[in-house]
Amino acid sequence: MTSRFMTGLLLCLTLAAFLLSLMAGKVWIWPMSWAADNADGWIFLELRLPRALLGLCIGAVLGLSGAVLQGYLRNPLADPTVLGVSASAALGGVLAIFLGINLVPFGLFGCAMIGAGASILLLLAIGRGGGPIGFILGGMVLSTLAGALTAFVISIAPNPFAASEIINWLMGALTDRLMQDVLTALPFMAIGALLLLTAGRALDALTLGENGAKSLGIDLFRLQWLIVLGVGLSVGASVAVSGVVGFVGLIVPHLIRSFYGEQPSGILVPSALGGAILTLTADSLVRLIPGPGEMRLGIAMAVLGAPFFLLLLLRYRKGAA
Amino acid sequence: MNLNVQNLGFAHGSTATLEGINATLEAGKFSVILGPNGAGKSTLLACLTGLQKPNSGAAKLGDADITAMPAPKRAKRIGLLPQGAETHWAITSEALVALGRIPHARGAGASADDRRAIAAAMHATATDGFAHRPITELSGGERARVLLARVLAGEPEWILADEPLANLDPGYQLDILDLLRQQARGGKGVVAVLHDLHHAVRFADHVVLLHQGSIFAQGAVDDVITAQNLANVYGIDALLSKDEDGATQLLIKGKMRS
Repeated sequence: MTSRFMTGLLLCLTLAAFLLSLMAGKVWIWPMSWAADNADGWIFLELRLPRALLGLCIGAVLGLSGAVLQGYLRNPLADPTVLGVSASAALGGVLAIFLGINLVPFGLFGCAMIGAGASILLLLAIGRGGGPIGFILGGMVLSTLAGALTAFVISIAPNPFAASEIINWLMGALTDRLMQDVLTALPFMAIGALLLLTAGRALDALTLGENGAKSLGIDLFRLQWLIVLGVGLSVGASVAVSGVVGFVGLIVPHLIRSFYGEQPSGILVPSALGGAILTLTADSLVRLIPGPGEMRLGIAMAVLGAPFFLLLLLRYRKGAA
Repeated sequence: MNLNVQNLGFAHGSTATLEGINATLEAGKFSVILGPNGAGKSTLLACLTGLQKPNSGAAKLGDADITAMPAPKRAKRIGLLPQGAETHWAITSEALVALGRIPHARGAGASADDRRAIAAAMHATATDGFAHRPITELSGGERARVLLARVLAGEPEWILADEPLANLDPGYQLDILDLLRQQARGGKGVVAVLHDLHHAVRFADHVVLLHQGSIFAQGAVDDVITAQNLANVYGIDALLSKDEDGATQLLIKGKMRS
């Protein structure tokens, strides 16, 4: 199979997953009622469409960020959470709910983006001059600190309802998002994704190690900026609008690599498409699980992702032996 | 064009220091940098590649200061075979060799020039037989040749190799040295950091012997690799003689007794 054929196939699957996400749910809404002037039409426009669009964008930026970070760190176990951007954005969101700022329009989104922005600035300050190792350690410190502060905020929540609201948000979901939320997050994700898509050649050069890449004229400092900004904006915005959805950025680049080969630049676009397919499909499935309420997408991903991660580890151990 | 090192000094963190280095390396010659561990061989090579910026003096390609050259332009003219034969990801040999074309890249996809240069580099290193095999499945000797082909594919005027023979069997070591010498005979400038004195005696046209961050001796092999110099720099007792073909033979007898 040529890679062009496979990309065509991925595009078709993305479209199919998007359509599925528009239709699937406790109430199935078929295309002929999408424009109807009744309850179905309203559900489609106000609930399904924004949710499907979010699934598409969030999945795509998570898959893309994962592929870029794995290439940059030359480590197949890296994912977008390693930079601490997700944890910082989550802390911002949690503070917004705690302080009641989430009742103001764009309050929660704004606070989460401020959290993501702060982590971007910190990362650039920490990582200055250092290679990927300093960068990743900085991210881990940031991630741990933001996680601890988030736990602290939950522990001092004034009442059980506030705590429950915070925890619910943290678990990540695409439910009850308005078109307005989508339109607010979209520019950040788009700019971040465009930045990340330009990293391909530099990531390829890093196949030869840092000195090899530098001797090929690659500016590693510029690459680091590009990645921090790209991941910060796109993943920050995705957390701001949907909470933390894990594992997409870890799993998808792996699956893509087994079809496309391991060249880092070759898996960027396919990983974005794969991320969208996985997220849209998983989000459709959680709606179809019978019973009251629905499983949070973040939890569903973790349930899917953990065994996959274990398989991966076993395979690596076998490869190393 | 020659590489001119003018009164170069370097001191930074834990990297080996250099002081007052003056040297002229000529294109068309196989130059070898020798010296004990920590003498500053790799640091000098890094300054010649533009990866390290000297604190004083300069390394120049012709008249152009190498650290002042824009990185992509520099990368087109000076190719580096880094220490350690580092590679990541299981990409094919051909894809790895194609990375050498990055400094020449314009837009997406490979140009006709790119494809010609890649094919020529793989032919010269006899790696075209396994162009489509992943580099993770190659033997050490095959990988070393693919990595050298990567440098050749960039068609640089200068090829700098930092310990290109590490972890290779003797036969493979000679393959790489032969290829480097071929490149020098073809008019390119070749500089290699080597550890094995026998290789230097046999292959070098020009030797720079470093000791504690300074040049101890430089010039033709017979003038630099002398029993006296080896005793002073390496602390070894060596015997040098000419065989019946007039080639220099080196025998290392042991450490100097102090």
